[in-house]
Amino acid sequence: MLFPLTGGGSTRALDGISLTIQPGEFVSLIGPSGCGKSTLLRIVGDLIRPTSGHVEVNGKTAQQARLDRDYGMVFQAPVLFDWRTVEANVRLPLEVMRTQRGERDRRVREMIELVELGGFLRHYPHQLSGGMQQRVAIARALALQPALLLMDEPFGALDEMTRERLNTEVLRIWTQTRTTVIFVTHSIPEAVFLSTRVVVMSARPGRFTNIVEIDLPQPRTDQTRESERYFELVTEVRESLRGRRGDTSDARLRAEGPAG
Amino acid sequence: MTDEAGEGQPTAASAGVATTAQAAEGMDRPRRRSLRALGIALALAISAVLWEAAKWLAGDPWRLPALGYFHDPPFRVLQFSDRQLPHLWNIAAAFGEPFQRNSDYSLGGFLLDQALYTGQEAVIGFFVGAVIGVTLASVFVHSGLLERAFVPYVVASQTVPIVALAPLIVSGFGRGLISVVIIATYLTFFPVTIAVMRGLRSPDPRAVELMRSYAASRWDVYRKVRLPASLPYLFTALKIAAAASVVGTIIGEGPGGVPNGLGRAILNFNQQYITGPEKLWAAILVAALMGIAFFALVRTAEVLVLGRRGQRQLPA
Repeated sequence: MLFPLTGGGSTRALDGISLTIQPGEFVSLIGPSGCGKSTLLRIVGDLIRPTSGHVEVNGKTAQQARLDRDYGMVFQAPVLFDWRTVEANVRLPLEVMRTQRGERDRRVREMIELVELGGFLRHYPHQLSGGMQQRVAIARALALQPALLLMDEPFGALDEMTRERLNTEVLRIWTQTRTTVIFVTHSIPEAVFLSTRVVVMSARPGRFTNIVEIDLPQPRTDQTRESERYFELVTEVRESLRGRRGDTSDARLRAEGPAG
Repeated sequence: MTDEAGEGQPTAASAGVATTAQAAEGMDRPRRRSLRALGIALALAISAVLWEAAKWLAGDPWRLPALGYFHDPPFRVLQFSDRQLPHLWNIAAAFGEPFQRNSDYSLGGFLLDQALYTGQEAVIGFFVGAVIGVTLASVFVHSGLLERAFVPYVVASQTVPIVALAPLIVSGFGRGLISVVIIATYLTFFPVTIAVMRGLRSPDPRAVELMRSYAASRWDVYRKVRLPASLPYLFTALKIAAAASVVGTIIGEGPGGVPNGLGRAILNFNQQYITGPEKLWAAILVAALMGIAFFALVRTAEVLVLGRRGQRQLPA
């Protein structure tokens, strides 16, 4: 996948962005508010058009990838429909795609099992906690088996413990489905724990400050959170955020991804 | 394998389309319902007591030979006289008496017939108005051009009093069912249009973004997102429209010169007031009951349709 050189709107939301992501990677975008990370995510998802530059997903344009339903998207709020049960919510993208009923129901049940909410098929969103609702949103995002999962601070509204548990969940799901993930977050520990690479951004205009390779071993567990390497990486990310920029040319080199 | 314990209580603020868990209300539904019924009965009883108390203190002399009871009130207020404010038992008795001289037909039966006549017009007009309202709202939400062009006229249309419009409608469509249905439709479609427009626009924009990410068509977005989201707003408007269409129909029947219905009955009893004030009060009572019944029907439908959602129901 290739990322653009983009700009956005009358304020320069993004400038001079270039990034290549390999299939199966887990890439986090982290940066201060207003650095354009959510904008970048939406450009990739063809929900916003960049003023210049282009995005390629698996060799297609962003728009074509959207029309081919190559993306799944999860927002910070679950954005579930409260007139639909959990099952009906997860079913939504499959309904839009007019999938056959048998296949459709099978897929829905599979996804709900994947996020471990099997007992809650008939529940309504208001009967679930915030973390559970977000898991339903993830199940829904995966319903079309997208090649790419876009997550915009999905756990931002949850408490720390729930967040850590869901981080482990997301990693498990990522390993099982082998989707590529672009994950926007404010949380340094989260970014380091989840990703294969962390892209650090700065604001006004949004650009890449640094890209940190995360060489922590898989599978990552609670043990990983207590390892020394983990803390070193968290520190590296934190310092990049604080503005100790690496060379921008350095960043572009590393943007090409592992083994090009 | 549930892990609800680790995830905490149902949280209060998940943003977006999903809404909150219902706060523990400390009272289950059947108990709440019987308390409400009790409250209504109590309110009615107090009103009845106040009514008769006013007459006891300042009305006409009470003469009840059957009970051997005579009472001369200490004060005199014209508004509490037997002509202005008949005794409640006289009003009740009037239901059983013939509705006019030289007739065997009881007032109760007569009023019931007229109520049914008015009622069916109101109901038909209500449904037609609701359909028109939803259609207009759907069109306006999808076409900014049409919205800007026509909404001012829609609003202006409601500022003309029905008393003035009714004769116009009747002269165009005759003194029958059609005219009154048109009047009821006219009164219903406006609140429905405005409320449903709001409702169709109410979904979280991220929900629409989600649909875009599924490459959904505008029709899909309408059917799966906007329309379901607008239902609570629709029902609020329908409750308003229920009351408005009954009242408006009755009012329209009068100046409209429609020969049947509660409107005509009220006009007649108004003219004959001196000979039988109880009849007018009886007619008013029936009209009020009809409005209440209609409202209650819509409210029941609302509970049935929206019940499981757990959305905070919009007030009223």
